[in-house]
Amino acid sequence: MTMLDTIAGAQAVDAHRPWPRAIVTDAGWRQAIDALATGRWTLSGLWGDAGAVHMAVIDEGGDIAVLTYACRAGTFPSVGAKHPPAVRLERAIASLFGHTPEGAPDPRPWLDHGVWGVAQPLGARGPARAAERYTFLPVEGEALHQVPVGPVHAGIIEPGHFRFTANGEFVVRVEERLGYVHKGIESLMAGAPPERAAQLAARTSGDSTVAYSWAFAGAVEAALQVQVPQRAVYLRALMAEIERLANHLGDIGAVCNDASFALMHAQTSILRERVLRATDACFGHRLMMDAVVPGGVARDLPAEGAGTIRALIAEVRRVFPRLVELYDKTASLQDRTVTTGIVKPDYARQFGAGGFVGRAAGRAFDARRTIGYAPYDALSFEVPVLEAGDVNARVWIRIREVEQSLSLIEQIIDRLPQGELRADVSVRAACEGMAYREAFRGDVLVWLRLDSGGRVARCHLRDASWFQWPLVEAAIENNIIADFPLCNKSFNCSYSGHDL
Amino acid sequence: MRRTLLESLTTGALTEPAPAPDEAALAELARSLERAARARLGRSLSIRHVDAGSCNGCELELHALSNAFYDLERLGLRFVASPRHADVLTVTGPVTKNMREALLRTYDAMPDPKWVVAVGGCARDGGVFAGSYAVAGAVSDVIPVDLHVDGCPPSPISLLKGLLALIHHQGGASV
Repeated sequence: MTMLDTIAGAQAVDAHRPWPRAIVTDAGWRQAIDALATGRWTLSGLWGDAGAVHMAVIDEGGDIAVLTYACRAGTFPSVGAKHPPAVRLERAIASLFGHTPEGAPDPRPWLDHGVWGVAQPLGARGPARAAERYTFLPVEGEALHQVPVGPVHAGIIEPGHFRFTANGEFVVRVEERLGYVHKGIESLMAGAPPERAAQLAARTSGDSTVAYSWAFAGAVEAALQVQVPQRAVYLRALMAEIERLANHLGDIGAVCNDASFALMHAQTSILRERVLRATDACFGHRLMMDAVVPGGVARDLPAEGAGTIRALIAEVRRVFPRLVELYDKTASLQDRTVTTGIVKPDYARQFGAGGFVGRAAGRAFDARRTIGYAPYDALSFEVPVLEAGDVNARVWIRIREVEQSLSLIEQIIDRLPQGELRADVSVRAACEGMAYREAFRGDVLVWLRLDSGGRVARCHLRDASWFQWPLVEAAIENNIIADFPLCNKSFNCSYSGHDL
Repeated sequence: MRRTLLESLTTGALTEPAPAPDEAALAELARSLERAARARLGRSLSIRHVDAGSCNGCELELHALSNAFYDLERLGLRFVASPRHADVLTVTGPVTKNMREALLRTYDAMPDPKWVVAVGGCARDGGVFAGSYAVAGAVSDVIPVDLHVDGCPPSPISLLKGLLALIHHQGGASV
């Protein structure tokens, strides 16, 4: 029995692949909300469309379904009212489409800062709403003070605003305000040919350009039922693991740097640079932008590429274990990371937190394993999971994943098949597709509808950060303000991937 | 820790020779730099960075400038935490409408003389995001720009060439 069979009156939609989508009644929608609130299902996405909202859900076995609610009166029953992880997603739907979540606990806009010059840019566009002051949640108590931080930060990082309320050194509450780098990606995709939309997907979050390109391509290929050539499948995984390796190396050092341990940062930065240089030599771009395209890959691994990558792996294996030992044996560093910024396993489960945020807090979800996609079903790797949920655990998950990625890269190079690089992806009829790909910070979901003219009618990209950002707020509570950069870096949520 | 430190001391430096400043960048700067400013700043620049809508790709390469291979600070260039301490503002991204005011305020907070370096293709013309309801435009649509460094993202070498052009130009001779 599939998930949708349990929903009364669900009407399946044709040509939605590879998982089913169904239009549900008011009662069916509420039934799904109950399944989320009681923890039977995990919310994996909630996004707007013309006259409708869609909800992607995953059950414990990794089965996936999409439920659609037709907003006949411009409203839909709020999911966030019973299931907090949906709150920001609903606020974004209201800001972008104008569909109102009925009974929602938080009516404030999200992403829309009142300066676009247009209201509901993806829905029935209206004149801009009157600019109003954004009100942060009230905090009451004696001796509390507020510290506003951002959107421009002291370091070279993305912009976002954090409103701290502190009691002495201790954070009583931090509230995030995001949306500063909202570029209107989904609006630019609407009506675009898949090649142009793929370029936008590749620039949704530059650090995860391979993962996004692959997720977008995967959604197109699922919709069109295209078989991707084996060599392309393996090259995609090679690029994805190199991307994971580079990001994890950068993060491990950066987290330590935020605890004022510069030596680790200097050393991992050297390794990261070596990875990017090898990547540049192999694929002609340090971050591999636009290397994965619908149908396959745009760049092949040159003849000498395998040797370049093997030499890189050997170098990382030579240096990295000593850095791990250094991390493990430096008490002053551990003093900063252990028991700092704890994510409770209950929250990780409730929010469906992906990536190292979830896996460091007991949620063993990895799209490569839980959902599964080629070529990972044919490769051997472990998904490390810890329970502590602190900064230290998030560092250790990354350390273990560096080791796994090195092994995966080796396996891929060993068995890289020969053959074609791209399949034909011409569109013959309107269809819908979706795909999950595991980026370094967690699962990326791309859902799209292609029209019969071969253009993208609607595309939604959901970064893992949507379900991690709220946990940053929870993790920092009762920590000192000075530890916020450390906590925040240990999450390393995406701003651009979230703001779109 | 001692072992890693010692090894770093005994093995040769990774840092590579600085690239020659970019010719095109020098020409662009020649139009915007004042002789007086060269004298006042010396051969050293403090840089404040603002992400005004970037995908975060450019930020990764700006970060790379500080690694052992490029070692930005040996060249008299350093990133500072406040615009009040900065001579140069690097800006990435198409400027989103939501970041426009923050960018303007940062620029206004910098003391004169000051220069703006627009980093990446999006900063030059909005890149793939041009034309969106949420995008105000190129950096030069919002604040005056002295130098563009192209690329998606620009490599650390391109960034170094552009920034070095700024310093070299302060030497006196017009290039």
